Amino acid sequence: MQSPSVVQNKPPGQQLSLVRRRRGRIREWMIERFILLNATLAIGAIVLIFVFVGKEALPVFTSPEVKEEANLSEFFLPQRYGPEKSPDFIWQPVSQRPKYSIIPLIVGTLKATLVAMLFAAPLAVAAAVYTSEFAPNWVKEIIKPTIELLAGIPSVVLGFFALMVLASLVHSIFHFTFRLNAINAGVALGLAVIPIIYTVSEDALNAVPRQYREASLALGATRWQTAWTVALPAALPGVFAGMVLGFGRAIGETMIVLMASGNAAIMSWNFGESIRTLSATIAAELGEVVFGSAHYHALFFLGALLFVVTFVVNLSGAAYVERLKTKLTGG
Amino acid sequence: MAKNATRIQGFVFKGLTVGATAVIVAMLVLVVGNIVTNGYGRLSWDFFTKAPEQGMTAGGIFPAIFGTVALVLLMTIAVVPLGVLTAVYLHEYAKPDSRMARLVRVAVGNLAGVPSIVFGLFGLGFFIHFIGGGIDKVLLGGEVAWGQPAIIWASLTLAVLTLPVVIVSTEEALRAVPNDYREASYALGGTKWQTIRKIVLPHSIPGILTGSILAVSRGAGEVAPIMFTGAAYFLPYLPHKLNDQFMELGYHIFVMSTQSPDVEKTKPILYGTVLVLLMLTFVLNLLAILIRSRIRTAQRRAR
Repeated sequence: MQSPSVVQNKPPGQQLSLVRRRRGRIREWMIERFILLNATLAIGAIVLIFVFVGKEALPVFTSPEVKEEANLSEFFLPQRYGPEKSPDFIWQPVSQRPKYSIIPLIVGTLKATLVAMLFAAPLAVAAAVYTSEFAPNWVKEIIKPTIELLAGIPSVVLGFFALMVLASLVHSIFHFTFRLNAINAGVALGLAVIPIIYTVSEDALNAVPRQYREASLALGATRWQTAWTVALPAALPGVFAGMVLGFGRAIGETMIVLMASGNAAIMSWNFGESIRTLSATIAAELGEVVFGSAHYHALFFLGALLFVVTFVVNLSGAAYVERLKTKLTGG
Repeated sequence: MAKNATRIQGFVFKGLTVGATAVIVAMLVLVVGNIVTNGYGRLSWDFFTKAPEQGMTAGGIFPAIFGTVALVLLMTIAVVPLGVLTAVYLHEYAKPDSRMARLVRVAVGNLAGVPSIVFGLFGLGFFIHFIGGGIDKVLLGGEVAWGQPAIIWASLTLAVLTLPVVIVSTEEALRAVPNDYREASYALGGTKWQTIRKIVLPHSIPGILTGSILAVSRGAGEVAPIMFTGAAYFLPYLPHKLNDQFMELGYHIFVMSTQSPDVEKTKPILYGTVLVLLMLTFVLNLLAILIRSRIRTAQRRAR
């Protein structure tokens, strides 16, 4: 740094340029602060989502009037809805005696997610193995954009397809009583999940060092033996992370299940019956609910629940991907 | 004998992976093919330029197209500067392993995973009730003008949702700018911001464009976040103020396919609308894929 005496000895012109330089430095500093402020926005968004969804869900725990109708025991424990009736789980917020059991909704969500994962995971992982281990370059150039296009189909379009076409197809195969059911919604949901699992698994397989494969081939293993016993196990954490991220997408997805699942909150593990998921319940009911009513706050409670679950699921999935990267590039 | 078994095993294994890939591609073809063959006949000049008539069983979808374009335009204006500057922070200013940079990255990753319906709840609670309601209470003395569903709130909600898309694409583009460029600029006396503004950002424009296109394509297809923040079943007029409600393609599809009084009569229009939305997102996505593959080739050549 320059001392003040040096500055005084400089001719006027140079002094001016020094002032300008200092002004420039202040400007640089201000720009840097501004950009930093901007970057905090992403953090701010997550915090605001948490705070504002949580805030509207909070009366479920605190407000006496809301708690009278909707509270934790109503949500999770079996309720007796009449003197001679046995305890039951029912979601029926609009009725003489509003019923707020979210267990049928959780069961519905899990059923759809389970079908989606069973359908999507094997296909996506096998396709990822094919692309990274066997496919010639020109095939890769076709498959990757194709799957990106699949990822780009809006969920409302997938929901529409499931409602109009897939439901008839599923019906002609399984002959369930209900045209819209867990299988139908789950398969459509699987279409949305495939690109996620595929992309992450393919990345993980590509991150496996080439030497692993060369060593295996040099020892006389065939290409499929190398793929099955060397590449896939090495990429397994990544494949698993892809499934975790796909799972997160499946529980939160709204439009597909809203349109293709039948939306009946039935407490059963029969996959041929209609289901109602957490997300679809919010989407279907929030439009008609009275602002500030117990029902309104209960729906925000469902939203907060979804947010927390997907947050934890995504965080652990991302952590896995991160660890895999350091292991394979740094280790 | 053992050799033969291995060969058969290999054949089966590879066949399974090929089969899985083929199934995925076939499903995409089935979805797109069904929509194109059923929707193609509906596309006409009138379909694009007229409003729905007779309870959505006749007429066109112009208001929905207009609403969608207005919505994503407002969203783009909000999200692109914010996303680009965040990426600039992550790649140009922050030390890669600083706590702040890692926190921002975790937040961006998580934001991408928040279910879209939760964004809808957030838009309702934050933008409409908190900000909009706040404006009404403080500036308008309780008159309801902003504290209700409106295009501005829907587009801002979508901006939050698409923020990660813009950030990730821009950061990739910044990474592709060779460090020599930055060093050359510093050597000539350029300051950090001058270097970013005159050298780094101009070279990242294709990547920023990719991100913006992907964000628009994503935003145009999302329905859950706008259901409670501004989209309307049917409006006799086009939105012309920021606090107007609007019609939107995706929401229009949802309404027509689940709430139509006469499904068979609505079906052709419905298929036409789905085809328009699908074409819109596909063209945008293809554009983004093309630009990105160009960047990647250029990047490989630069190395």
